[in-house]
Amino acid sequence: MSSFASYDDVHDRLGGVGYLTDEPIDTVVWLAQQLGKPILVEGPAGVGKTELAKAVAAARDADLVRLQCYEGLDEAKALYEWNYKKQLLRIQAGSADEGFDDVHDDIFGDDYLLERPLLRALRAERDTVLLIDEVDKVDFEFEALLLEILSDFQVTIPELGTVTGTRRPFVVLTSNNTRELSEALKRRALYLHLDYPSADREAAIVRSRVPEAADALVEQLVRVVRSLRALELRKAPSLSETLDWARTLVELGFEQVDDAALSRTLNVALKYHQDMATATKHLQVSPRPELN
Amino acid sequence: MPTGSDAAGATATTAGGGDGLFDRVLAFVGALRNGGITATQSEAIDAVRALGEVELLRRSQVREALAACTVSSASDRRTFDDLFDLYFPARRVPRDGDEVDPDLLGGDGEVDDDAFTQALLDALLGGDESAIRRMARQAVDAFGRVEGRDGQPSFFSYKVRRALDPHTLLDTLLEARGATDGDPAVQRLLRDEYEQRLDEFRKEVDAEIRRRAADRSDDLDDVATRVVRPSVDEVDFFRMTATESRELRAQIAPLARKLASRTQVKRRHGRDGRLDVRRTIRRSLATGGVPMDPAFKPRKPHKPELFVITDVSGSVASFARFTLMLVHSLQEQFAKVRSFAFIDTLDEVTALFEGREFDEAIRRMTAEADLVWLDGHSDYGHAFEVFHNTFIDDLTPRATVLILGDARNNYRASSSWVIEEMASRARRVLWLNPEAATYWGTGDSITGDYTRHVEEMVEVRNLRQLTDFVQELT
Repeated sequence: MSSFASYDDVHDRLGGVGYLTDEPIDTVVWLAQQLGKPILVEGPAGVGKTELAKAVAAARDADLVRLQCYEGLDEAKALYEWNYKKQLLRIQAGSADEGFDDVHDDIFGDDYLLERPLLRALRAERDTVLLIDEVDKVDFEFEALLLEILSDFQVTIPELGTVTGTRRPFVVLTSNNTRELSEALKRRALYLHLDYPSADREAAIVRSRVPEAADALVEQLVRVVRSLRALELRKAPSLSETLDWARTLVELGFEQVDDAALSRTLNVALKYHQDMATATKHLQVSPRPELN
Repeated sequence: MPTGSDAAGATATTAGGGDGLFDRVLAFVGALRNGGITATQSEAIDAVRALGEVELLRRSQVREALAACTVSSASDRRTFDDLFDLYFPARRVPRDGDEVDPDLLGGDGEVDDDAFTQALLDALLGGDESAIRRMARQAVDAFGRVEGRDGQPSFFSYKVRRALDPHTLLDTLLEARGATDGDPAVQRLLRDEYEQRLDEFRKEVDAEIRRRAADRSDDLDDVATRVVRPSVDEVDFFRMTATESRELRAQIAPLARKLASRTQVKRRHGRDGRLDVRRTIRRSLATGGVPMDPAFKPRKPHKPELFVITDVSGSVASFARFTLMLVHSLQEQFAKVRSFAFIDTLDEVTALFEGREFDEAIRRMTAEADLVWLDGHSDYGHAFEVFHNTFIDDLTPRATVLILGDARNNYRASSSWVIEEMASRARRVLWLNPEAATYWGTGDSITGDYTRHVEEMVEVRNLRQLTDFVQELT
């Protein structure tokens, strides 16, 4: 198993590893492979942005290299770093008649290089999926570095020369849209907006992930969640909350989503007291006395 | 499944008169640019390359492929979809009359209203999206037609709405499902679900009307410029539909988050402040007492105290709403936010917004706050005088005053001396005007009296302008 053979192959194999796709996802994944471009996934939290990269890796039987972004992430953490301690030891252990050039050539060799995720993905021998998670968190300077890597798939290490990737990794960038990414980065990537799934797809996903749940329960649950999303909430329940909720209901032995089930388990889907109040009112659920 | 009627490649040649797929894609990209989507040259090239990789006979694949290459933010997607429907229509629009199912026609060849409504209800009850869409297209043909003077029919959604009233439909649907009794939660869910289906129906009606407009005209690019709806954050606050208003409100929270994180970055990247002697000495110990790496204290961010004084009379209510919403979601970025509302007299409403849901706050504002003095028509002069009498001493040099309103004063006194007084006490006084700048000073608008004293009067007619302004403020 390696690359996807066709558009339909994408759909079948991602489905095979438990990631149910729709047409936009299939198309973008297929194009990303064919055109060799990264995918930029945006969308609300918990709709499966990170999961997509994992699913592609599983479906292609590829290694997943993950770079979790945060503020202040720099080259030393993301790309490569020289192993100073080891270099120092090597210098101290060296004999007196060794020339400067010998030592220099030695300590700036591969043995003393610490590979970080980006370099590891570039130099990987096997098929690799590179996941750059929450890319909107990084600083502008780092974004520029990413640009270089994503367009040419090569980096220049002053002491070693230019490292060109042996094979192009399949790159997935995710963003929670806390800030606008630069136009240049967006242009280099295929854009995929992952939104809350349609009712049918959401039900299908819940059924595949929580097979113990009865069909009627899933259908009702999806209906409730969709109704909650239409409200103005601080944090609307996402796909991952639907899954958690389904598991909770199954665990507690509820056969259907009725008043009792809602009032006992609504807190699984909603994270703010304010939201709970809004939802309780909207669905006219009897409130839990202990929450007031 | 690839069927003849679903073939994007085939229709590309039919609708525009003989140009190939390649030219059609380029024309489409051009239309995107005119519609405000920045599709660059390299993206256009990618789009053409991408089409080589998908099955051209599957329209949705073509659509998603083009979208992946040219669209780069979720808010552009609406424009993209509108234009895609125009340039790559799903099917040829049928000529007169053959759209409606023969079963739904009465004996005289006209549409049988009752039969049609029943068929629509069945489709809505069934919930099959494609069935709902088909009914929507038929509804446009059956009810939306207006014969133009030149004998060419035009189609309007209001005609469809009049024939098939959504509220009546909803009630009938709920009754049919027996949702008028029983568990209130179940009722609520059913109602939500049918509202969504009706929404689907309405959207398809609008889309069909656009398609028909496109089909009538020979010059597609010309239609494109007329069809493109402005993206939600460019919709004028005055001319907003209920749906757009809802969409916009959903955008406020993420927008506030985005603004806040941008401000934090801005503050962090600002220059360092004064030398931190203590930490410098500490650090110097590592270098044998030589201060090689001086430490600086971070600058204290300037957080303005915000005084928002807003006209909430009918004419500017929706604008005031959005501004209050945005400002209050950004509360942490300001040292203090105090809100004042007025119609013809003024009252402080800060407490109403604290930790309460926004709709509730607005409702209580209109119910509880003391905003009307005489007749409930805007009176800026009197409102400002009240502010002067009660609150003027609270204004310090740290305060920034935001005044929101169109300055249409119903020919009353302006009391602009209060503004002058504010300007002398506060750090800044800014005025946000939701009217187009060209109308300022016309009719009963007395912007001239006020602009003399405020630092700036800014035109804020849509969310994008509001965002730009708030970003500059923090």
